[in-house]
Amino acid sequence: MENKLLSVLIWLPMVAGILVLATGDDQRAAIARKLALGFSAIIFLLSIPLYTRFDAGTAHMQFTEQHSWISAFNINYSIGVDGISMPLILLTTLLTVIVIIAGWRVITERVAQYMAAFLIMEGIMIGVFSALDAMLFYVLWEAMLIPMFLIIGIWGGPNRIYATIKFFLYTLLGSLLMLVALLYLYRASGGSFSILDYHALPLALEVQILIFLALFAAFAVKVPMFPVHTWLPDAHVEAPTGGSVILAAIMLKMGGYGFIRFSLPITPDASHELAWLMITLSLIAVVYIALVALVQQDMKKLIAYSSISHMGFVTLGLFIFNDQGAEGAMMQMISHGFISGALFLCVGVLYDRLHSRMIDTYGGIAGPMPVFAALFVLFAMANVGLPGTSGFVGEFLVILGSFQANPWFAILAALTLIFGAAYTLWMVKRVVYGKAANSEVAALDDINRREILMLGMLAALVLVVGIWPNPVLDVMHVSIDNLLQHTDISKCPVVCR
Amino acid sequence: MSCGLPLNPMNLQSLHAALALPEIFIACMASAILLLGLFIKQKNRHIVCFWLSVFTLIAACVLIMADFSTRPAFAFNRLFVDDPLGDLLKTAICLLSAAIFVYSRQYNQQRNIFNNEYYVLGLFAVCGMMVMASANHLLTLYLGLELMSLCLYSMIAFFRDDKLAVEAAMKYFVLGALASSVLLYGMSLLYGLTGSFELAVISSAVAGMDQDNSALALAVVFIVVALAFKIGAVPFHMWIPDVYHGAATSTTGFISAAPKIAAFALVMRLLVGGLEDLHGLWQQMLIILALLSVGVGNIIAIAQNNLKRMLAYSTISHMGFFLFGIVGGTAAGYSAALFYILIYATMSCAAFGLILYLSSKDYESDQLSDLKGLGKRSPRIALLVLILMFSMAGVPPTAGFFAKMWVIQVLLDAGLEWVAVAAVVLAVIGAYYYLRIIKLVYFDAPIISRDANGGDSKIVLTFNILIIVAILPWIGTLITFCSQVIERFVY
Repeated sequence: MENKLLSVLIWLPMVAGILVLATGDDQRAAIARKLALGFSAIIFLLSIPLYTRFDAGTAHMQFTEQHSWISAFNINYSIGVDGISMPLILLTTLLTVIVIIAGWRVITERVAQYMAAFLIMEGIMIGVFSALDAMLFYVLWEAMLIPMFLIIGIWGGPNRIYATIKFFLYTLLGSLLMLVALLYLYRASGGSFSILDYHALPLALEVQILIFLALFAAFAVKVPMFPVHTWLPDAHVEAPTGGSVILAAIMLKMGGYGFIRFSLPITPDASHELAWLMITLSLIAVVYIALVALVQQDMKKLIAYSSISHMGFVTLGLFIFNDQGAEGAMMQMISHGFISGALFLCVGVLYDRLHSRMIDTYGGIAGPMPVFAALFVLFAMANVGLPGTSGFVGEFLVILGSFQANPWFAILAALTLIFGAAYTLWMVKRVVYGKAANSEVAALDDINRREILMLGMLAALVLVVGIWPNPVLDVMHVSIDNLLQHTDISKCPVVCR
Repeated sequence: MSCGLPLNPMNLQSLHAALALPEIFIACMASAILLLGLFIKQKNRHIVCFWLSVFTLIAACVLIMADFSTRPAFAFNRLFVDDPLGDLLKTAICLLSAAIFVYSRQYNQQRNIFNNEYYVLGLFAVCGMMVMASANHLLTLYLGLELMSLCLYSMIAFFRDDKLAVEAAMKYFVLGALASSVLLYGMSLLYGLTGSFELAVISSAVAGMDQDNSALALAVVFIVVALAFKIGAVPFHMWIPDVYHGAATSTTGFISAAPKIAAFALVMRLLVGGLEDLHGLWQQMLIILALLSVGVGNIIAIAQNNLKRMLAYSTISHMGFFLFGIVGGTAAGYSAALFYILIYATMSCAAFGLILYLSSKDYESDQLSDLKGLGKRSPRIALLVLILMFSMAGVPPTAGFFAKMWVIQVLLDAGLEWVAVAAVVLAVIGAYYYLRIIKLVYFDAPIISRDANGGDSKIVLTFNILIIVAILPWIGTLITFCSQVIERFVY
């Protein structure tokens, strides 16, 4: 059973999704909801042994499983996790439970399909994080688009069709370039699709740069990095709350994960060579996008831009090539998963009540909704990076790391602590505090137990990880060390750096 | 006499007629059903003939499977060959035709357009396709091709009250006859050059010939043009949209599935079995035909409002993709083409199955706008449309993706990187119109309240489409199997 655990985590959600789908139309929506919640909870519980039985002392892949899939091309069903992917899988299983709770009352149309889409997507995302075969990774990576495409397109806002098609085409184009790179690597490695084989494959610098750029197209779109971030605000604004949560909390992490699993170890020399580009784009995202966030009127758009800005920290941390930077990037990914997810849920809570995402609709909600206001402020503080919340750990580590690389990077990156505080707190001030803006706001109900449950879980995690990050840092430490050592060794046949 | 016609006194023993048992069985059954139709009451005629025809096809499948060959065996004095490739193609032809029969029954009955004729003509066409799949001789090949084509002409023209159908039949017939004569001319040139009609003899004779021989080049050009017409490759594709659009949907469905497999057989037997050594000559032509097909097909499909017409252009582009496999000119390339055509024919069969399923009496359901809001009206059928469209667009995780990926691999192996890049870019353009269908189905509000009522074909249709994703765990086995079949063919 031990070594089948990952397979169970990948396939059980898909089977569960099909079962939920089979409950049929909305007359049986209640069954669909309960079934989806039950399965997602079971899957979350099943994923816990991944953490408890994880051996943090080794950088080798664990819980591995391998079967031949397409022998003609040497494509294998090969899966496993290390300290980098394991926390992301736990994040996925946890957030799926939360989005199912979040959609409990709000989604009233085609409930079974909605729940099933999230379950199936959960399985696919766990598969992406655990795939050790490049073709398996690619297939799942693309497959992930399909449920998200439907979630935005069916349950989204008024401009959903434009947003979802933009999202789909953007990511599809990026992925195709990755496919080209993978087919090249397949040839270069003498017929292997194993990602670990690629890690050891020597490549000339020119080739590495082309491969790096092709992979960059796929991963940068997902992160998203400036200037290919324009799909994200549209997709976020139009997506239903659950879709936004998964998009921000997990799908964006796939970009960062792709850089860690593919770009850095497969093309280490190109990564060093092009680090200036990555750092520049990251800093633009951190500073410029934060300024863009400042002027947003729509809360979802503001959080979407804030996500882009925070993900800039991830790419910055990865391409300064030191321990603090890389660990900070990982921490930032996980903490951003909690915080952005929570913030989107908060906006969802407000939207469910007044059907507006505009900041100026609200004002003074602290009066009618004290519990909600407290949680909202907590998440806002975490988004700013207040010490004691998980947001602080990642950003602090990345800034520390970039100080070693170049003090200017650190100074620019630290600017976001100011801008981030500005746009987040300004939004909080306008939404939460002051007098109740109008009679509708004054009559708002505070959050119910269901909403407290979903926000409370995330609040607890934000605080626990913020105060005591070691349980998370410890499991990833060895894997990240190993990654950096690997990245430091040149893969060029002749000396190139 | 070296043209391979039998000289010795005929007896069944020396002819090895048993190897052609499935074909003989289908031909006998088709004649029997034709006669039987005269003696059954009008009321029951359709349903009895339908079940008998489906039974015939399934039984033929069993016959083929029971005697699945591992190496080539010849019959009728080497006019006919029974090899693994032929058996695989014939199985697919029978299964797909049976599926289309199931999808079409209700449609035909509601419109009262065919009684037993649809099934009888269909069976004869299947017999022709099977003969093509097993041809080892230019005459057998031509015989099979004409048997199939003549049945298809009359099936299209059968909808005789419909102007579009009559126009389509005329166009197809005139152009088809022209293409056949071009093919015959190419064959006669080959006969003149090699002195034989037998493919293996032609192959070895051609191998020893000067490749600059202009008569030989002329023969190859004629043959390639005729093949391009039969396949529907650009610029010989003009008949496809009209035929797909004009014919009754049941007929279009029939044309869109099994005959694609037969077209593959035609290409394999003629170009690969007979003229492989002239690979350099036909490769250039095929690259242009294939690129044009993928490009023109995918771009013009975007402008279509009629679903059948859109699928016609989609067919053109898929046939281009299949030609890319042949262009590779290696065993791997032919295997990729075989795999592609099997997957594509399955998808195409299902696509018309869907249209037939959604149609009802006096409602064709062949406009794109008819699909609006299907996701609300019938969620399960909508899910099937979703899977099918993503597979046709080649988006993972569907069989359609692996089919395209293998073809792209072949192009890269052949050193045709730019062709590969163009193919990928055009495939992405093609993804647009498949996505648009998903948009109509899932994101748009319904404008009609009709429910899908295809009746009893639902199970077969569901199976037909789900297999596109359900096969994935075993897709490696299928790929290996295709390679083995081709390796045994390219002797």
